[in-house]
Amino acid sequence: MNLGVVVFPGSNCDRDCQYVFRDILGQDVTMVWHKERSVAGLDAIVLPGGFSYGDYLRTGAIARFSPVMAAVKEFAEEGGIVLGICNGFQILLEAGLLPGAMLRNESLHFVCRDVCITVDNAATPFTCLCEPGQVLTIPIAHADGSYYADPVTVASLKANAQIVFRYCMPDGRVTREANPNGSLENIAGICNAAGNVLGMMPHPERCAESLLGHQDGRVILASLVESLVHQRLRKQELLSQLP
Amino acid sequence: MKAKIHVMLKQGILDPQGKAVEQALIALGFRNAANVRIGKYMELDLDEQDRARAEAEVKSMCEQLLANPIIEEYRFDLA
Repeated sequence: MNLGVVVFPGSNCDRDCQYVFRDILGQDVTMVWHKERSVAGLDAIVLPGGFSYGDYLRTGAIARFSPVMAAVKEFAEEGGIVLGICNGFQILLEAGLLPGAMLRNESLHFVCRDVCITVDNAATPFTCLCEPGQVLTIPIAHADGSYYADPVTVASLKANAQIVFRYCMPDGRVTREANPNGSLENIAGICNAAGNVLGMMPHPERCAESLLGHQDGRVILASLVESLVHQRLRKQELLSQLP
Repeated sequence: MKAKIHVMLKQGILDPQGKAVEQALIALGFRNAANVRIGKYMELDLDEQDRARAEAEVKSMCEQLLANPIIEEYRFDLA
């Protein structure tokens, strides 16, 4: 598979994503400079973490206008798999590819530590190798991760199972104590209604091999690759049925 | 024309910066201080003489970029 990792000015987790997909999961990775206008030939797109455009105005607010984002939007609208991690999640929100917005952490601190998240929806392209309710330990590193949306939006996220990850205790209980940033409903990651676009604040690319302490992040990135393989097989099957 | 734009978090949305500053003011002895909220102030020059068109343009800027309507509200003056 050929995964595209978008590089904005100020991205700083782009190489980590490249490393995990290429060296650990054995995929082709194309680094996509933000000035590109096409994402042709890519099977999935990753918007990595970092501080695109110095977080000027609001996190993700300027990156959303990068030339590549029009192509990413089109790719997502056609069902292409898009993963936004941390700043990538913030960009997806600003671009309107996911509902809601990010507020400053309730504590005002930049929080950088391991947290536990529970897999609320294991039927997405990003969690297909997870068990429902599985608890993963993955690091976060952000100052603006307090997810907010109006009550109508939150209700529809719940009704459509779009809340994919929630901050939890190590035993899986979702409590206020487990919430590192004040995020509504302990939301750590959501997907769009179609399920092909996911934004998450924790960094799976930072814990994808045991050398780095633990490798809970690997199952998420491996799920993405697995979904792409399935997608391709389905396509081939359909094509072979054509007269 | 010059536009002077204020962007604030909507009422009801927790403003942790405002809360922290409020606590600092109280710690300094300003016990009358309450409901501190922190926003952004922006200025820009607009090459437009017609007031109605200028207003429409700044409004559109606020809605598309300068404010995030999900969490923020804005107001502006033209002079």
